[in-house]
Amino acid sequence: MKKIMYREAIASALAEEMRRDEKVFVMGEDVAITGGVFKATKGLLDEFGPARVRNTPLSEWAIAGVATGAAMCGARPVAEIMHVDFIGCCFDIILNQMSKMCYKTNGKVNVPIVLRTQGGRGRSNGCTQSQSLEALFTQVPGLKVVMPSTPYDAKGLLKTAIRDNNPVVFIEHKGLYQTKGEVPEQEYTIPLGKADIKRYGKDVTIISYSKSVLVALDAAKELEAKGIDVEVLDLRSLVPLDWDAITESVTKTGRVIICHEAAERGGYGAEIAAQIADKLFDELDAPVVRVCGANIPVPNATLPEIESAPTVKKLVDAAMRICKGGARNG
Amino acid sequence: MDYKQLGLTKQELVEMYRMMRLIRVFEENAIAYFKQGIVIGNMHMYIGEEAVATGVCKALTKEDYIASNHRCDGHLIAKGADINAMMAELMGKENGICGGRAGKMHQSAPEVGLLSANGIVGASQTLGTGHALYCSLFAPGRVSVAFFGDGGSNQGAFHESMNMAAVWKLPVIFVCENNHYAISTNVNTATAMGSFYQRAAAYGVPGVRVNGNNAIEVYAAAKQAVERARRGEGPSFIECDTYRLRGHHEGDEQTYRTREEIDEVIKNNDCINNMKKLLVAEFGWSEEEDAAMIKSIEDQVAAAVQFGIEGEPMKVEDMESNLYAE
Repeated sequence: MKKIMYREAIASALAEEMRRDEKVFVMGEDVAITGGVFKATKGLLDEFGPARVRNTPLSEWAIAGVATGAAMCGARPVAEIMHVDFIGCCFDIILNQMSKMCYKTNGKVNVPIVLRTQGGRGRSNGCTQSQSLEALFTQVPGLKVVMPSTPYDAKGLLKTAIRDNNPVVFIEHKGLYQTKGEVPEQEYTIPLGKADIKRYGKDVTIISYSKSVLVALDAAKELEAKGIDVEVLDLRSLVPLDWDAITESVTKTGRVIICHEAAERGGYGAEIAAQIADKLFDELDAPVVRVCGANIPVPNATLPEIESAPTVKKLVDAAMRICKGGARNG
Repeated sequence: MDYKQLGLTKQELVEMYRMMRLIRVFEENAIAYFKQGIVIGNMHMYIGEEAVATGVCKALTKEDYIASNHRCDGHLIAKGADINAMMAELMGKENGICGGRAGKMHQSAPEVGLLSANGIVGASQTLGTGHALYCSLFAPGRVSVAFFGDGGSNQGAFHESMNMAAVWKLPVIFVCENNHYAISTNVNTATAMGSFYQRAAAYGVPGVRVNGNNAIEVYAAAKQAVERARRGEGPSFIECDTYRLRGHHEGDEQTYRTREEIDEVIKNNDCINNMKKLLVAEFGWSEEEDAAMIKSIEDQVAAAVQFGIEGEPMKVEDMESNLYAE
């Protein structure tokens, strides 16, 4: 199978969906001539022209609001907010407009929009261009929230998100755009709400998503050498959440680490931990632990930037701590 | 332009007059039943501003879009929404326009092009511009109107929407209903210019200010703006100088203005009286005709009230439905 970059997978999904449905169009800052600052819309302008690849003024409020207004009429916009950190400039549209439209109109008006954005650290962009803000969206009823970790997932999930009749916040990771992975030539989609086991194991489950999945896979290799067999469960979409996959994995391993780059306090990991405590308490052989971002703004300097996020060492230490009682069935 | 230059017939003028009266009687009934606890919620009345919705919507077709705000009854009724379902919505009933879950500020009537009223001041500006983007891409010839007030004009969304609409030449008409007060804040203490139409020039958009209590003046400006939009020439801005005769909401003590100020408008510039005077002067409109019209409107609204009262309250079992579309 051909290997392509994450950003190429995004552009490919957009192009395929724009070819399939003329109601799909792209709008955002610098999406046209340059193909976006991360090159994720590269090539679209040449194929589809400026009416469907719409370069906008620097106006996040209008990008989100105008795209929502068009989606209410039946268009299927993919609106790009360059950095998830800029969401503060348009949060009313997310909080009060796109998320509530279907509910408040009793299903008469729906909003088939994808809000594409990216977050995460790793490029020394500092505290206003490195955040992981997904918990802001998972807290708002009416949204779907997708955070892919691989080129294969990014393409299949974005195509599904575009076809979804509801607002989907699709959060990419700036540290993943250059990563490569196998993506089939033939068309495929991936349903929302379907987690993926990126590594099978029997001793401990690391539940993760987005770039933290790669950290978890690296940690799993180190832990294998220490005799601990790690399962890495990639949620892929936070809303809807694949609770069945979590249940199955946790029932098998009895030990859980939740890993995300977002600040630990009030993060989505807290929600998962609470649900596991509530519904899977009897399956647990150890406390649920979290390896997450520090509760501080993201520092700019290299080592603090790295150390304020999940690392292989932190995951290895956490796994060693909760597995000291030995493997469950061993 | 007077009504003759606009080609308006007696019948059309009578229809506009009836529309303004219908909006007012609907809202007077809503207030009366609110006081009895039958209508629920936060009541932001349109009374005094009826000429704006009436004049603007007369320039539109059913297929055109309008984006409304919290003071939405007039926009809905003038665009042709079902007043029975509206009244039931105000009562939280299942037969309401949104099944009782929307309430007054969030009503929706896509069948007549009003996709959503809004509890967020200024939201109609971006959403209405978005409706126009849809028209521009997929339904050429259709237009969109964004209704907002003097309060909404001071939101940042005003700037972003006007600028984006202008640079993309979108078929949207921005209608500022300057009713002089954002809750208690007088327009002259919220913007140094005291008015808004001058701002349009900065975006390369034609802007006018009209007497918003004169439905014919409003219609004349709207007609011109709608024609421009349909030709693909881009957005227009119409500031309608009007006046809110009720408080910001029912129960507002209105300590920020005098009774004399309100009475002055009622006496000299009420939109319904303005139209009635014209009908009397030009067509000999009689008190008998007037009384018969008022009676028919009162019957129509009484039927809407009855429809609402007879409806079932929205059920708790249904409260989780329609969070997502299929």
